[in-house]
Amino acid sequence: MITTWFKSGTPWVWLNAAAVSACLIMVIGVLGLIVVRGVGHFWPSEIVQFTYQEEDGQIKTLIGEHVDTSITPAEMAKSTGHIMAEDEDTLVQYLLKTGNRDVTRNDFRWILERNVKQHQTPPELMVVERREWGNFYGRLLAVKENGTIIAEGADAWPLAQSRIEDALAVFSEIAHLEKKEVGAINYRLEQLRLEQKKLQLEKRWDAAAEQRLAVERAELEVTYKKYQAQLTELYQKIRRDSLLAQTGSGQEVQIPLAKIVRVFQPNTMGLFDKIGHYGIKLVEFLSEDPREANTEGGIFPAIFGTVMMVIMMSIIVTPFGVIAAVYLREYAKQGFITRLIRIAVNNLAGVPSIVYGVFGLGFFVYILGGNIDQLFFPEAAPAPVYGTPGLLWASITLALLTLPVVIVSTEEGLARIPKSIREGSLALGATKLETLWLTVLPMASPAMMTGLILAVARAAGEVAPLMLVGVVKMAPTLPLDGNYPFLHLDRKFMHLGFHIYDVGFQSPNVEAARPLVYATSLLLVLVIVGLNLSAILIRNHLREKYRALEG
Amino acid sequence: MTAQHTRTHSIDVSSILQGQKNTDQPLEPCIKVENLNLFYAQKQALHGVSMEMPKKKVTAYIGPSGCGKSTLLRCINRMNDLVDNVTIEGRVLLHDENIYDKSVNVAALRRRIGMVFQKPNPFPKSIFENVTYGLRIQGINDKRILEETVENSLRGAALWDEVKDRLNDNALGLSGGQQQRLVIARAIAIEPEVLLLDEPASALDPISTLKIEELINELKEKYTIVIVTHNMQQAARVSDYTAFMYMGELIEMGTTSELFTNPRKKQTEDYITGRYG
Ligand SMILES: Nc1ncnc2c1ncn2[C@@H]1O[C@H](COP(=O)(O)OP(=O)(O)OP(=O)(O)O)[C@@H](O)[C@H]1O
Ligand SMILES: [Mg+2]
Repeated sequence: MITTWFKSGTPWVWLNAAAVSACLIMVIGVLGLIVVRGVGHFWPSEIVQFTYQEEDGQIKTLIGEHVDTSITPAEMAKSTGHIMAEDEDTLVQYLLKTGNRDVTRNDFRWILERNVKQHQTPPELMVVERREWGNFYGRLLAVKENGTIIAEGADAWPLAQSRIEDALAVFSEIAHLEKKEVGAINYRLEQLRLEQKKLQLEKRWDAAAEQRLAVERAELEVTYKKYQAQLTELYQKIRRDSLLAQTGSGQEVQIPLAKIVRVFQPNTMGLFDKIGHYGIKLVEFLSEDPREANTEGGIFPAIFGTVMMVIMMSIIVTPFGVIAAVYLREYAKQGFITRLIRIAVNNLAGVPSIVYGVFGLGFFVYILGGNIDQLFFPEAAPAPVYGTPGLLWASITLALLTLPVVIVSTEEGLARIPKSIREGSLALGATKLETLWLTVLPMASPAMMTGLILAVARAAGEVAPLMLVGVVKMAPTLPLDGNYPFLHLDRKFMHLGFHIYDVGFQSPNVEAARPLVYATSLLLVLVIVGLNLSAILIRNHLREKYRALEG
Repeated sequence: MTAQHTRTHSIDVSSILQGQKNTDQPLEPCIKVENLNLFYAQKQALHGVSMEMPKKKVTAYIGPSGCGKSTLLRCINRMNDLVDNVTIEGRVLLHDENIYDKSVNVAALRRRIGMVFQKPNPFPKSIFENVTYGLRIQGINDKRILEETVENSLRGAALWDEVKDRLNDNALGLSGGQQQRLVIARAIAIEPEVLLLDEPASALDPISTLKIEELINELKEKYTIVIVTHNMQQAARVSDYTAFMYMGELIEMGTTSELFTNPRKKQTEDYITGRYG
């Protein structure tokens, strides 16, 4: 009976199904976790005011967001030093995000549920997102202009709103001036300095050159002065106003408008307000620079850096891999040597990525980059140009890392092209090269794309080697900007994978950063899926076009 | 074609041949094969084959499967060069020029000797691109010339009317018979002197086969044609000369009517009367 059941193959089918389900459950679990945690991060949660009795009996008012609840069995709670009553089975604790780091030194704290005397959600509680010190939670008292109160009580809130709007406009103007205009001038000045040094090194530094550079410098100086004046004016404007606010414990805090990103009263917000707020936060996350040691603000530079690096890597790895595969499959005499090379290539795919990082640093950055600097950029010495980690070296290192998959899948693609097609082309008088170029390679292009898809999936998720060859925690400039030559391959860049590591493990404020880690992870997954999806679409298009002959 | 098939129809062959007119023009040899030996690694596939194929005539190779017909045909445009470990001895002369000479440009040679394979092998490109492939390789990109050639070649291959409205469609969308005519059009688009056809109708239905046979009859006005076939009636219908091969050797060659009605060798007789398995 049982043997026939075994012989029927049913257990085998069940085993397979179980394995597939296990895989699916794991994938869904991982994605589900990061989606739930990551997506919720930007939702404005309500702010609660707790009347709380500290362990020493003192009554306090705490204001904050309820972030997490932990339930500990009595036994365990006792062992960690909590005093438990006889009839208590569990110890319930709340994690509050209380913000106000400038006042209280830390923006999270655990409270005991049993000591909460009362909790309310008064509508007038507000959240101030600041550029420094994290969020502020409390009540608005007044709006000040040049240190004197211009609105108080009920009038304060609407006025604060409009003033903040103005201040934000000024702030973005300042940011634009400083980053774009003044940044460009600084870039030009640096170029001029290098040019002068170069001319001096080449012994071509004469009066004419000096004059020319001086004129240019003077011009830049004039524009710089102009911007400087504008900036001073803008700074005065933005520093004029401030908010006077009160913390839960009654302390008064003055918050300059220059430091405010936004204020809102979550307890009065309806569903649509919240959705709107969510949208704004999401856009900010996707499009702005990070603030406060990467724990707040956006991650645009990291998205940009990741995509840019993957694209550069693809541009480098595809021709190399394809050429190598074509040589191996089409030209090399098949035999011991080609077998050896194939084994080597396959083993290359198994080398831990950090080893590539070390190699990239040692060979590309120091040897290649160092020599490039000596040969082409002697004027920049002692500051390195290419002799330091940067986008180019990171892309090349990852290209090397992903080369095996491209070679292997291209070779497979070439092998699958029927001999009859090649013979058809040769019989029409095409040379081998023409046959390859006109027929074989286009037909193998879907396989090349498959290789590239695998390469992209691997490269986009790599972090370890990048830390050695170009990724940084905070890059002041993007590798692509408006300054000639626009694409700056020597620059360091930010990367989502490293950002996750940095925010999650290197940040001074791990509690605050945790939701951000999930959000960034989700984004990294989405970016990889996006990159892959576009590659898959291209491949399917190619497949359709070169629908291979069978046999 | 199975042996069974051959047997049932072999009686008809002579009647077909009677309809064929026997014009005795002076023959000009186009291709000469001289004492050709071919080895695939250690295995000898051709044993000292010598023959002449006259200009603007159709020569058919017949013989049982595996006897070396394709191998011999592929020697004429040096297709066997692509096979690993192949050794070729002897000479093949195209107009008294040894095509196995070191100085011969193989690609240029193949332009003069077109080939159509047993299985249709159109490129996964448009019909237009398939036909113009050979011209583009020669660097001809003039749109007018290309269009003209496409029309002429497709007409020549009796395919024009069927595809003239969809020249930009993928050639893989054509039927098997259409694909075979397309690769013939592709071959004649570069105006070779010789056309090698390796069982061009073996995968086709009777109507497509008929079309291809008619086509061969027309093409021989302009080209020297060598055709490999398993179908004896086909050989009788389309060819002027027939060579019978067996086990890598050329057993007998002569005008088709002679070979079929009055074979000199016993083996030939056995084969054409269907006594071989
Ligand atoms: N590439 C090759 N490598 C090794 N042996 C080959 C190769 N091609 C053909 N042969 C052998 O050479 C002999 C002749 O083959 P060929 O293809 O010329 O026969 P054929 O007469 O065309 O047969 P068919 O009518 O079945 O097409 C066969 O024994 C075959 O196995
Ligand atoms: Mg054959």
